[in-house]
Amino acid sequence: MTYETVIGLEVHVQLATASKMFCGCAVEFGAAPNTRTCPVCLGLPGSLPVLNRRAVELGLRTAVVLGCRIQPESRFHRKNYYYPDLPKNYQISQYQYSGHPPLATSGTLEIGAGETSRRIGIRRVHLEEDTGKLLHAEGRSLIDYNRSGTPLMEVVTDPDLGSPEEARLLLTQLRATLQYAGVTTGRMEEGTLRCDANLSLRAAGGPDGIRTEVKNMNSLRSVERALRFEEARQREQLSRGIPVVQETRHWDEQRGVTFSSREKEEAQDYRYFPEPDLVPLLVDDAWVEQVRAGLPELPEAKRRRYAEAFALPEHEARLLTATRAMAEFFEETMRGFNQPKIVANWLVGDVAAYLNSAGQEIEEARITPASLAEMLRLLDRGTLSGRLAKEVLEEMLRTGRGAAEIVKDRGLVQISDEAALAEMVDGVIAEHPGPVQDVRAGKDKAVAFLVGQVMKRSRGRANPEVVNRLLRNRLNAR
Amino acid sequence: MIDDRTVAHVARLSRLELSDEERERFRAQLGSILEHFQSLLALDLSGEAAAGGAKPARGEDARTSGAANVLRDDTVRPCLPLDEVLANAPASENGCFVVPPVIEEE
Amino acid sequence: MGSPDGPAGAAGLPARPGSPRSLADCTAFELRRLYAVGEASPSEAVRAVLDRIESLDKELHAYLHVDREAALREAARWDRAAGRDGAPPLAGIPVALKDNICTRGWPTTAGSRILAGFRPPYDATVTVRLREAGAVLLGKTNCDEFAFGSSTENSGFGPTRNPWDPMRVPGGSSGGSAAAVAAGEATLALGSDTGGSIREPGAFCGVVALKPTYGRVSRYGLIAFASSLDQIGPFARDVRDAALLLSAVAGRDPADSTSSAEPTPTYTDLLTGDVRGLRIGVVKEFFGEGIEPGVADSVRAAAGVLEGLGAVCGEVSLPHAVYALPAYYIIAPAEASSNLARYAGVHYGHRTAHADDLYTLYARTRREGFGAEVKRRIMLGTFALSSGYYDAYYLRAQQVREVIRREFTAALERFDLLLGPVAPTPAFLLGEKMEDPMQMYLSDIYTIPVNLAGVPGISVPCGFVRGLPVGLQLIGRAFGEAAVLNAAFAYEQATPHHTARPPLVARGGMSGRAASAGGPRSAGQSPAPGDSPA
Repeated sequence: MTYETVIGLEVHVQLATASKMFCGCAVEFGAAPNTRTCPVCLGLPGSLPVLNRRAVELGLRTAVVLGCRIQPESRFHRKNYYYPDLPKNYQISQYQYSGHPPLATSGTLEIGAGETSRRIGIRRVHLEEDTGKLLHAEGRSLIDYNRSGTPLMEVVTDPDLGSPEEARLLLTQLRATLQYAGVTTGRMEEGTLRCDANLSLRAAGGPDGIRTEVKNMNSLRSVERALRFEEARQREQLSRGIPVVQETRHWDEQRGVTFSSREKEEAQDYRYFPEPDLVPLLVDDAWVEQVRAGLPELPEAKRRRYAEAFALPEHEARLLTATRAMAEFFEETMRGFNQPKIVANWLVGDVAAYLNSAGQEIEEARITPASLAEMLRLLDRGTLSGRLAKEVLEEMLRTGRGAAEIVKDRGLVQISDEAALAEMVDGVIAEHPGPVQDVRAGKDKAVAFLVGQVMKRSRGRANPEVVNRLLRNRLNAR
Repeated sequence: MIDDRTVAHVARLSRLELSDEERERFRAQLGSILEHFQSLLALDLSGEAAAGGAKPARGEDARTSGAANVLRDDTVRPCLPLDEVLANAPASENGCFVVPPVIEEE
Repeated sequence: MGSPDGPAGAAGLPARPGSPRSLADCTAFELRRLYAVGEASPSEAVRAVLDRIESLDKELHAYLHVDREAALREAARWDRAAGRDGAPPLAGIPVALKDNICTRGWPTTAGSRILAGFRPPYDATVTVRLREAGAVLLGKTNCDEFAFGSSTENSGFGPTRNPWDPMRVPGGSSGGSAAAVAAGEATLALGSDTGGSIREPGAFCGVVALKPTYGRVSRYGLIAFASSLDQIGPFARDVRDAALLLSAVAGRDPADSTSSAEPTPTYTDLLTGDVRGLRIGVVKEFFGEGIEPGVADSVRAAAGVLEGLGAVCGEVSLPHAVYALPAYYIIAPAEASSNLARYAGVHYGHRTAHADDLYTLYARTRREGFGAEVKRRIMLGTFALSSGYYDAYYLRAQQVREVIRREFTAALERFDLLLGPVAPTPAFLLGEKMEDPMQMYLSDIYTIPVNLAGVPGISVPCGFVRGLPVGLQLIGRAFGEAAVLNAAFAYEQATPHHTARPPLVARGGMSGRAASAGGPRSAGQSPAPGDSPA
């Protein structure tokens, strides 16, 4: 029996605001517990929420870039449930229920490129407040409310994704798009981007299967791994005739498995009702246009601009615009070395290759645009040979040290001094009578061999042109 | 119209521990209160809009009358000092509030 | 603000030098005048009020917390400035706050044991505005637990008694504020009104009590009962004082999204006492079965007085008003069940000593901390919102609310004001309705519709039945507080009721040290039983 995989994602995005969703407390990663709180985000008696305009605008930006239908009127609601990380024991959210629309609905996002590209449906985009953090200690739990009230946006896709690979692709694309739009930093390791997934298997042509919800996936890689495991687990069960149970499962990164979080499916009754402390949110065309006008340049436009203005090949332009960070690195480097083609070559070549093997993002790289530009200038001036440049770049990426510094320490400066080179040239001529004969006999190929020998003696530092000239003069070759 | 199971369910949702005597009394009282509300269920309200939560009693233009889009600028304001945050806490430790161990329960 | 020594003497009782009255019984305007002419100082007035509390409050229990030292300290700060030109409007005036209004560093319990010992780290917006206006805050007044009630008997700290008859309730939920102002234990007080909690105790205690338009006064720092209905408002011994206090606290607050941007006039400047041509609609449904005849008579007589002053009265019907009670008792408990979820023993207030797991910590803490009425309403509200019942109850209730709102808007287009009783009976006996929630709920049938419509309503003393005060309710258009206050002012000028003082003040007042001499002159003023307006 063959099954097709059906995956939908729920992505929680922390909005890039300075203050919280409903109060003026700073949004800050890693401050001392409960030092970023006030009566509002602590849910003290009598406190009231006031909505952050920036958070709404970032939500609208998202709606615009995902081509969503924006609701002219939306409201916030209370989701009532008891949990200690929730100071009011209700969460203020725009979750859709009995006819109350969220901020925006029915958008799309394109994944993949060229003929293999697909449009994935975006079901809805809505705003809500984050909860506090529970720290589990021996025989008790500690609560830190610093994160309480942090502005969150939930983006929910249609169950259009056919494989764990596609799920990862969508998440990567969504993150890049939101980072471009300046909506979020999108750092999964810091939790500013979180992803839950619903996965089910459907017998080809049959009805929808029973889905499980997978949580606690903390990186792009773990999303793909977790879903791959869950996909296999369900297929295995079904093949043995055991029905899949609808449940929430947690991903264990170490053991590489998902496990049931024995969560009581005691029919959650959240008792949603309109948040009476907030007034309705009305979004007219003028506001949407204003948001659209304020959008930064998005990947498509940037790629076209690079391809045309810098005459870069399509695939290079694509790689350079894959993330906002890469594009910024590219443009920043060109401020120090204004030769787009060369910069592009090194970035999508050696730099990209190194980051790949090191499993790093460009924003995590130890090299800066300034130091890359410096290295390229040395290469351009002939202080570095192409071969040395590669060595130096590798060390720069590894250690974060500057190009000039490395060159100096390792005495990698190219030798162009004739006197010094003449010695080596004579030495080589003395050692290789055979090839010398050939050259004299007009076999020009042998020159290359002799040059190579000189380069070897100089440990690659000899200036090839000078060596070439000296050899020809000495062997009066034409 | 309200049976013991409903009372027990509602009490659980409300996080209220009730004695048997209380459970019985509330069942009876809620029952008679809801009896008085039957008139409401009889009303024909088809096509009636529901009042939002907080709604201005006056609002030609919702935006200007403060009936909608009341927004604050994204500016950071001072937080409470930690000692004031924890001053009313029944239990605290290392700057955190303390509760019994949390097992996946909701 | 009317200048201190302006028409002050004209209103209510002239406080002539040597007039034998305790400063505790003076109105704010009288105090302002006495401060201005140097015949009394804030320290003297505040001491007189504190002494009144000393002598009467053991019996009345209007206060949950009094800070004598802080009050005297604050009063002394104003001894020089009060009464001078440019002094803030409430400079040196003794004011009490209902205990569901947050006061930085002072206990704030909303009358609930679950908040025993809670001291908020911040002031409510109205608290800040009172301090800025120069008010001398005396303490926190008793109320029904989380303002759930009509008698103050649901307070977790014992009931307040009615100054007119200590065997009777002061009304509720703001019973402490109403009793305090009636008994001279405060010159002014703030309360909150969700379904009648300002107007009903105002009527029961024979003081002026105003529920402003929803959104007129900031709710920031008011411990929420039902967020879409709650509104803070003033208690005073006459209309001008009520207008004075409202002017000090009303107006847009950036911390409350639901507070209105409508401009706030200085209400005291708009009290002309002229009601000629004013169209007043007498609400038919407010005189139905269950109303005590004496109350209906007093209120109809009041309408007559206003007509005598040139107003034009006619009957108006609000057919859906009868559905207000059920709608209210679904919407309010629903919101309350959510607003009170935070009281679970985690970051403030009571925590049970007997819980090893989270569920028990929540459920037992709430069992121990909440009183019966709070539990009842939390259950009712949770039920109304729970899946399967939401549409049948909460949604329908909100639809009815919309219909009622429309009826009021229509009625208030035909008429400038609506008129009716505040409550069907005068103050009832302590314990009389405690065993029958539905009977208790019925005492708010004439006030609840006004909250659902969100419009302003005032209670003005309009006579006595069996020696107990009766309240006249005047209802205005949204943000039409000025019109409501002016009509009330005109009525007050034409009648003596507001000058009457509870008998108990006669005894208690003696010990209240007075600046410009002697005991209270109000003793003889308390009406004979059965006394009703001419």
